[in-house]
Formats: sequence, C-alpha cells, structure tokens
Amino acid sequence: MPWTRDQMAERAAKELRDGFYVNLGIGIPTLVSNYIPDGMSVQLQSENGMLGFGPFPYEGDEDPDLINAGKQTVTELKTTSYFSSADSFAMIRGGHIDMAFLGAMQVAQNGDLANWMIPGKMVKGMGGAMDLVAGVKKVCVIMEHVAKSKDGKEEAKLLQKCSLPLTGANVVDMVITDLGVFNIDKKGSGGMTLIELAPGVTLDEIKSKTEASFKVDAKVKQAA
Amino acid sequence: MKKVYKDAKSALEGVVKDGMMVMAGGFGLCGMPETLIKALRDSGVKNLTCVSNNAGIDGAGLGLLLETRQIKKMIASYVGENKLFAQQYLAGELEIEFNPQGTMSERIRAGGAGIAAFYTKTGAGTEIAKGKEERVFNGERFIMETGLVADLSLVHAWKGDTEGNLVYRKTARNFNPMMATAGRVTIAEVEHLVQPGELDGDMIHTPGVYVQRIIHTTAEKRIEVRTTRKRQAA
Repeated sequence: MPWTRDQMAERAAKELRDGFYVNLGIGIPTLVSNYIPDGMSVQLQSENGMLGFGPFPYEGDEDPDLINAGKQTVTELKTTSYFSSADSFAMIRGGHIDMAFLGAMQVAQNGDLANWMIPGKMVKGMGGAMDLVAGVKKVCVIMEHVAKSKDGKEEAKLLQKCSLPLTGANVVDMVITDLGVFNIDKKGSGGMTLIELAPGVTLDEIKSKTEASFKVDAKVKQAA
Repeated sequence: MKKVYKDAKSALEGVVKDGMMVMAGGFGLCGMPETLIKALRDSGVKNLTCVSNNAGIDGAGLGLLLETRQIKKMIASYVGENKLFAQQYLAGELEIEFNPQGTMSERIRAGGAGIAAFYTKTGAGTEIAKGKEERVFNGERFIMETGLVADLSLVHAWKGDTEGNLVYRKTARNFNPMMATAGRVTIAEVEHLVQPGELDGDMIHTPGVYVQRIIHTTAEKRIEVRTTRKRQAA
C-alpha cells in the first residue's frame, strides 16, 4: 500500500532532530507538525516573521495580528519571537534554518525544483519558495509520486530534467512520495538514490512511475 | 515640526502624484495600512506602481485601488487571493513584476539603507535571473538585485508617538519597518497615538527619523483566513 498523506508526513518527521528550526510549506508539509516526536524540541518558522508558533487558536481567540505564512490564524508559544520580513529572510537565506519541507510539481534527478508556475496559466507568484530552497540547509520535498490529470492519465513528476520553470536549481536534498523516499546529491555528481519503499510497493512499480534515473540503495535491494 | 495629521486625507495632501511608486506594508490583510490606502483611492491618483507583498483581496487593501484601476504596475511576491487582479492582468491592463519574497524585502531594506544593489542566491538558475548579472562567490551562483526606493511609503503600526517612533504588534510587523525606511515620504497609521515618553525607547522598532507624517486609525482589523480548533468540553 502506498503511503497516505498523513503517513508521508509521519515519514518526513523522522528527518527532524532535536533543536531543529524548521519551515513547513502548505499542504502535506503542514501535517509534519502533527508528528514531531514527544520530548523533541523543534521550532517552526513562519516566513511572515515568526519563530515558534503553536496550534490554531480556540474559537473566539483569533488575533488578526497573529497569522502564519498561509495567512491562517495561529497562536504563540512562550518561546515565540517576532521579526520583520527582511530579518525573516536573512534567517532563511543565511542558512540559519535547518530544514524546509515543501510541495512540488516537478523534481529533477540533479535536485532542480519546479513548484511555482505553469506557463499559459495564471501565475500567482513564488512567495518565499525561491528564497527558502536557496537558503535553508536541507530541503525536503513531499509530494504525490505522479500527477494525475482529469482524464485519469498519470504523468511522472520525478524527471531527468524539469520541463516547468524552476523555483531553484540544484536545491532538493530529499524527496518523499507516497511510494518511497529518495536522496539527491544536489551539489555533487551522485545523482538520485532510492533509499526506502513504502510498504508493499515494488521496485518495478516505482521504476515504472519515475522518469528520472536513480540508483537503488543496497538496503532496498535486500528487502525487495 | 509637526508630524501628526488629523486624518488620512490631510496626511496625503501635497505628496500624491500620478505615476508615482507607492509601497504599502502588510502580509495579506495583516498589518496593512487600510485607512491610508482608502484615502489614496479617494485622492484619485492614477498610474501607480505599487510595491506590496500581495495585491490585497477583492474589496480590501490594494484590491480597492484595482477596482478603480489606479494601479498600472504591481511589484509583489504572491497575488493568489485576488480575482480582480487576475482579470485585469489577463486582459493586459495591469503589469506585474514578481519578486521572491526575501528578495523583495531585501530590495526594500537596501533601498532604505542606501545600498544600490546586492547579490543573492535566491533565483539563481531560474527565469527571474534572466537579464541580471550573475557572479560566483565561494563556488556558488549569485544574482544581482537592486535596491528599491519609493516616492511614498504607507505603513501600519500598533503604537506610535508624536515624534513618529513606531512599535508593531506580532506578525503585523512584516514589511512595514523596511518600507518605512524606503519611502522618500513615509506616512504611518497607528492604532494608538501616544505622547513622547509613553514608548520605551529600547522597544521602538522604527525610529521617528523615517516617519514624516502620522495619523491615528480606528479601522477594524480583518482576518483573511480564520482557522480555529474546538474547545474541549469541560
């Protein structure tokens, strides 16, 4: 069985370490906050200018001055700090944030990422995504393994080369999909390596749904 | 010199001109100078270039200036929440320049600090790097981005004194402090207008030197995306 959205988030949370400062994108990445292990200190950064945020407020406690980067009302913690957008992106670009989880339309085997525009369609803008992938120490993409169009056709999202305009070149370190987990040697020549399969997913299945070239880690080969 | 004006209309007198560049603070509706934007609309000024993270929403923020077609060009990082924006853009009536959010905030910070340009990793190797100088530092690719200075900056703060010293509240700070520095004229609207001495000098986010005019606002602050959790039954 491929992983569900929650199981993908749960798998992603295994990449967290005590003391990490982390930025979560919208969609499945937001769910990662539900799986931070007990006793582990992980501070969530919101690029609109907040470090350390808590859950949604109780009804009636919403504060218009207290929102996350998705513009949703949130709450503060005892450790929360606030800062300007320039300071927020100094933190991001300067490499002070340990990890970013974000969604993607396409990822290439060299770590190129496309997730902000489709030519010919209305463009909403990249927001902070280009800054995040350029500056955060480790970038982890969480996405469905293939794109399903309305007529039921499946299109690969893990590619030799992205066909959509890039959000960043050589920026992705890890990809978690509903079928498995890949590492990418984004700065070197090591390429992409499959390091884990979702339970019940075969090597043949994942190969048939992946256009990118990838190596298979010895542990996966043994299990398969 | 008296910085306090009785209302937004009088604060805008003498500083508004067709074709000018205006910066407006805020992240979505949070920390956005709603009262000043309404007065800017009522001034009838045309062909504005607006610098703001978003383009407001339908019926609020810079969305108001879209309704009246007072904006010629938008510099923003994300405009997803505004249908009118999409319509005018697709009809070719509106020009848009997308800046990555961090690049945009740094361009504003640089403009206010007298920095003409800087190199950033953000966007290297992407479409936004086209036409920009690229240099390699320590083996990494960087692109050159320029500082931004506006004819007029409109900011929203929680508290301000009659000298123009400002304090922001929580995530309503966002782009406001940099924009205050990058306007040739900066007008602040504040929820609490206080006397000198009432603000702790150690806690001031924007020193009064950056603020030329200040008004008191009583506009209601709106929530764009209300998300809550249920209280557990006792």
